[in-house]
Amino acid sequence: MAIAKVLGIETEYGISGGPDLEPIASSSIIVNAYAHQGRTRINWDFQGETPDLDARGLPGLTSFAPIIETHLANTVLTNGARLYVDHAHPEYSSPECRTPWEATLYDLAGEEVMRRALVIANESLAPEDAISLYKNNSDGKGNSYGTHENFLVSRDVDFSDIIRAMVPHFVSRQIIVGAGKVGAETDHALHGDPFFQLSQRAEFFEEVVGLETTLKRPIINTRDEPHSDAERFRRLHVIIGDANLSPYATFIKLGSTALLLAMLEDEGTERFPSPPRHPVHAVRAYSLDPSLHVVEICDDNKWRSAWDLQDQLWTAANDYVARRGGEAVAPEAEVSLILSQWREMLDGVRDDIRSVADRVDWVAKYRVVTGMQERYDLDPHDAKLRAIDLQYHDLVPQRSLARRVGLRTLQSDEEVREAVHNPPTDTRAYFRGQCVARYPEQIVAANWDSVVFDLGEGPLQRVPMMDPLRGTAALTEDLLKVCPTADDLLEALDR
Amino acid sequence: MTEQERIQKQRTERARESSADVSVDATKGDQLKAELDDLLDEIDEVLEENAEEFVRNYVQKGGE
Repeated sequence: MAIAKVLGIETEYGISGGPDLEPIASSSIIVNAYAHQGRTRINWDFQGETPDLDARGLPGLTSFAPIIETHLANTVLTNGARLYVDHAHPEYSSPECRTPWEATLYDLAGEEVMRRALVIANESLAPEDAISLYKNNSDGKGNSYGTHENFLVSRDVDFSDIIRAMVPHFVSRQIIVGAGKVGAETDHALHGDPFFQLSQRAEFFEEVVGLETTLKRPIINTRDEPHSDAERFRRLHVIIGDANLSPYATFIKLGSTALLLAMLEDEGTERFPSPPRHPVHAVRAYSLDPSLHVVEICDDNKWRSAWDLQDQLWTAANDYVARRGGEAVAPEAEVSLILSQWREMLDGVRDDIRSVADRVDWVAKYRVVTGMQERYDLDPHDAKLRAIDLQYHDLVPQRSLARRVGLRTLQSDEEVREAVHNPPTDTRAYFRGQCVARYPEQIVAANWDSVVFDLGEGPLQRVPMMDPLRGTAALTEDLLKVCPTADDLLEALDR
Repeated sequence: MTEQERIQKQRTERARESSADVSVDATKGDQLKAELDDLLDEIDEVLEENAEEFVRNYVQKGGE
């Protein structure tokens, strides 16, 4: 049986400006600005973080264990998210969500958190030191930073089956969920001097499978850090996505991937299309071809375009839902919306890209870039075209180009504002967020799978949350309501 | 209506429809172009004036 596809997105934002033009310091200013506004000043607890464990079970001899920098600004929000400095970027990790629609909402809430942090921070800075934030994945000069999706997967699935099933999707989904990029920035991609790519990230991928995220980036990341009961769960850490400004792109990126993972859990790898024989070559070649005509040889000796792979994956997912339903992913109406929009976006990029310029980021960006190039008869390398690319991702509404291209919304502004403050009700993020909101003075730390209280007397008390589907409103709301203090809560939990 | 007349009528209707299609397409094409022009105008207004410097100064450290 497929298990509930609890999911979320973590996004490192691009940052520029600040008093010293030093990105770590500027990132700390952003995170502290938000935390010091009284929303929360609770620390992140690093117990349970094991980013060097490899899902393949063998120690990765050539792998570097990612370094955790514990001294950097780091906080937990009342909506259950984590806001912190990761490397040299401010990062928002959404709370655990129950459906792709909800995870899209909490990704948008993350944008809003960053926008508010930016306003607060810049009020205290001289105008010439103002900070800017970008929801993108590269600087155009060979430096990339991540937007990672996380999906709860049953421990019963062999990791080799995840690789077999998901590589075709991860190399091809960029044709509808790529964020688009003017030009190229790595040696192999620069070689062909491309004008435009589908994906911000594709050219940075160098391996099919691996543990690293910053060097030799793999299509399938093997970090085995479930943040939950490791006997029952995996957390599939997907590092190959682009940051999307289109809510529909985020929704379909998450929804398609979640449906395919549920199908894998229920029915194994049989219905998945054969993967390209050279996945790294495929993901790069597909990205470099906005015409979508490029084909790659697959393990079954057939040649497939990215569109062909997506078409087969959609058909398999659609049949799966017809046979078994998609409850593991979302309620029926939402699953139908995922399938119908995934299909429309696929047909749109093939038949008439203008028809999906309101949902597909790369198409929206491409339309403006090519329009501007024609209007001013610009050289393909003109800085103005790269400026459009960069400014598409600017978070400030007055400058954001994504806000002007007519992207379709999925949720109302009111829903996003609510999600900035309140946690999802149907995962353990509810308990975390509610504890942070109700007992801020007594919580010293929190992380994905526990909350740590300091009641002033005796040792610190850790409340574990090893199951992402416990700690929901249904299970804890009544208890929290009758516990005005943390003492009351811990006493009640002890009983 | 004779068979002949019916065929003639169908032909005329089809011709009318297809000429209507063409003019709809032309109108639609103009409309799309006008929409894009408006969008480009709006983007021109907010786009960083010194594109060269803006792009050059945006340098990030790798992340993840």
